[in-house]
Amino acid sequence: MNTTALAAFMTKEVRHILRDRQTLTILLLLPLAMVVLFGYALRSDVNEVRLALVDPAPDYATAALRGRFAGNARFRIVATPETMAKLEPLFRRGDVDVAIVFEPGFAARLAEGTPARLLLVGDASDPNTGSTMQAYATAVIAGYQAELGSAGAGVQIVSRTRMRYNPTLESVNLFVPGLIALVLTLVSALMTAISLSREKERGTLEVLLVSPLRPWQIILGKVLPYLLLAFANVVTALLAAWVVFRVPFRGSLALLLVASMLYSMVSLALGVLVAAVTTSQRAAMIGALVGTMLPNELLSGMIFPISSMPDWLRPVTAVIPARWFIVIARGIMLKGVGLEYLWQAHLVLVLMLAVFLALAIRSFKPRLA
Amino acid sequence: MDGLGKRFEATVALDDVTFDVRPAELFGLIGPDGAGKTTLFRILATLLLPDRGSATVLGLDVVRDLWAIRARVGYMPGRFSLYPDLSVEENLRFFASVFGTSLEEGYRIIAPIYRQIERFKNRRAGALSGGMKQKLALSCALVHRPDLLFLDEPTTGVDAVSRRELWDLLGELKASGLPILVATPYMDEAARCDRVALMQRGRVLAIDAPAAVGARFPRPLFAVRARDRYALIQALHAYPYTASAFPFGDELHYSDTRRDLAPVAIAGELRAYLQSKGFADAEVTPIRPGIEDAFMALMGTPQEAAG
Amino acid sequence: MTAVIDVHELTRRFGRFTAVDAISFDVKAGEVFGFLGANGAGKTTAIRMLIGLLTPTSGRASVAGFDVLTRAEDVRRRIGYMSQRFSLYQDLTVRENITLYGGIYGLSDAEIRGRGEALIEELELGHASLERVAALPLGWKQKLAFAVALLHRPAVVFLDEPTSGVDPITRRQFWEMIYAAAARGTTVFVTTHYLDEAEYCDRVSIMVDGRIGALGTPDELKRKYGDATLEEVFVRLARPAA
Repeated sequence: MNTTALAAFMTKEVRHILRDRQTLTILLLLPLAMVVLFGYALRSDVNEVRLALVDPAPDYATAALRGRFAGNARFRIVATPETMAKLEPLFRRGDVDVAIVFEPGFAARLAEGTPARLLLVGDASDPNTGSTMQAYATAVIAGYQAELGSAGAGVQIVSRTRMRYNPTLESVNLFVPGLIALVLTLVSALMTAISLSREKERGTLEVLLVSPLRPWQIILGKVLPYLLLAFANVVTALLAAWVVFRVPFRGSLALLLVASMLYSMVSLALGVLVAAVTTSQRAAMIGALVGTMLPNELLSGMIFPISSMPDWLRPVTAVIPARWFIVIARGIMLKGVGLEYLWQAHLVLVLMLAVFLALAIRSFKPRLA
Repeated sequence: MDGLGKRFEATVALDDVTFDVRPAELFGLIGPDGAGKTTLFRILATLLLPDRGSATVLGLDVVRDLWAIRARVGYMPGRFSLYPDLSVEENLRFFASVFGTSLEEGYRIIAPIYRQIERFKNRRAGALSGGMKQKLALSCALVHRPDLLFLDEPTTGVDAVSRRELWDLLGELKASGLPILVATPYMDEAARCDRVALMQRGRVLAIDAPAAVGARFPRPLFAVRARDRYALIQALHAYPYTASAFPFGDELHYSDTRRDLAPVAIAGELRAYLQSKGFADAEVTPIRPGIEDAFMALMGTPQEAAG
Repeated sequence: MTAVIDVHELTRRFGRFTAVDAISFDVKAGEVFGFLGANGAGKTTAIRMLIGLLTPTSGRASVAGFDVLTRAEDVRRRIGYMSQRFSLYQDLTVRENITLYGGIYGLSDAEIRGRGEALIEELELGHASLERVAALPLGWKQKLAFAVALLHRPAVVFLDEPTSGVDPITRRQFWEMIYAAAARGTTVFVTTHYLDEAEYCDRVSIMVDGRIGALGTPDELKRKYGDATLEEVFVRLARPAA
């Protein structure tokens, strides 16, 4: 086939995309909406922190600190158990957000000039509020310390976070790479799967098949316009993250865009694969959701950290494309590292692309049945 | 084509179909839905593999030479298979490009058809009426100047006027030397073909020139008229010598089991019977059987029991 | 005889395009009325207004004694509708379809059972009653769809191209069912592209560009235009819209 046919195919595809105004609007606004929604959902403000205090040997210093917490509008002391063992059920029931455990002989150590230690226990099941609450508590303690003056070693805060699901305290910064992966999966895999299966349902594929077009040409013509749309989406998501949340961007933008397109192509190949093995638009849509969206969302480390997954599940994440993309995107955006650290993840994506593309072309038969 | 067979799970879509289409011939596949016409087209257009038998198209094998065949045939599937969100002209240009040609290069051959819809060239294909959609689909199948044309039910769902126009166009195309294989469920359209194959449930019942097909009707045939048609049909069903009685337009076609009796004699007896039943205005005239009469006689029982 | 369908100056516009342009006609009880027209002449729009799916821009119509605009619910309860393709659920069995439609139209279980059995017997579908509709030959599907549309004994039944693609013998059996329904007093409103079938109607109308171009018995129309068949009359009148 000559390039005119491919160009004509792509033109037609772009027209399909442009003429379905509703879908196009949704797709273009999607990255913006997702960044804003996720960002704010993760940033819920904390007004009242429910505090538990464990003070096995009260003295004037612990009393002073307790007084500061009691007088702070942000905190409400809801329990004062005698031992640490009694804290656990309180956290488990969700009655307590933060607990402070004083070392026995707190005042005496302060007077001696040796560090007086207290343990700050937070609940990180909700990472963002968890870290906010800990920060508030730290501020109260720091205020007390300032009042004591610089004499001696002062109060030493030992933080311990109770980990329910999320040990690393993800912040909105860490979420943005995952969101980009999600948007790319949606546009690339889901939309191509739907668009290709629509040709099957409408019967237009029958006409295309009877033409001299080869399967790989049909696939290429179908896929390239969506790559452009995916590119636009990455840019929107990055802009939204930066404008609304000031998410830092430390590394090479060019490298991130290249990686995004690589990931997008992997998803497109998966979308074609899904469309090739399904016979209706509905089946293709569900296939794309279950086959690409869900695993990419749940098994990529975007929401649930891979390190907290059961042992048998961890190796499975190696075949999830988004897992590798998130490694790359976090590395570039948050750590500012380049290809020297990220080449393996890139290589994995390239290999995935080769495999899925080969599978897609193979499964896309030049005949009907 | 030779002894072609295709099975779909329990249904036998095609069973030992054998025929050939000659150069510059307008060949009709006539039969109702479920006759196997679409399966046959798909095999010939290299979209399906036959389970048995072989077929050649333009001298090329439908299994081995699929790419050579695809470049040279024009195929219009049974249902509307264009992009409804693209305009008339965009659809045409797209299909021209797919075959490595352009609308300008193909214009001469599609002109007689395309001119009828050209004033709507900026309208989206989805907004065309049924007849115009078919003309556009036909233009798209022709724009790359194929050596052979496959048309699967181009007139289904199309009104009588557009159907006539479409057949006129097929006649012009044929006259330019293009062989055409066309399927239709409308028996009256068979008369427009050079030869027809009557198909029913995957089998070919007969292949012949349209005029000769009627001659295969095995019994004397009569047109019967009376005012109350529903009562007339019931009276004919009760007549002991009735082989068949079917409504045809504003009359009934009646065939008689008595082959040894002269048609005039049968007509007289039947007229007398009907008058005795109260049809004072009954008219009975011997007629020559048409394709539809022959088809109904050849198909035997109308529907095979399901399951 | 009273008019079961009474249409007066019925009009429907889409933007600047007038799909149905002030049509007036009436259909009497027990009549087989053929509603003909070229593709795009406005047939579908007109039918949709009569069955209460589309609001008229102006004019009025009553079906089975109720105004289609103000009493659409009452109209729908008294009509049956069979469209070319989507009448029955292909993935349900014959019996399940009967139960479903009987239930939708509020028949009692006993009525559904009684009429369902009679229907299956009449169509000789006993051996196939537990088959999915998708497995039936097209002709039987159409006959079944018609019988199901009559299950709640509607005053009028609307048939939209019921015989499209059906083999010639089954097509005629279908028309015998139409006659039988009309003989029982059901009004039949039918569209078709087979003009030989139009000859079987008591009266036909031919829509041309949103208007009624001709209306009468097949014989009247043929006499008026001096043609031998209705097809010739149709082709003479129904230059395609557009």
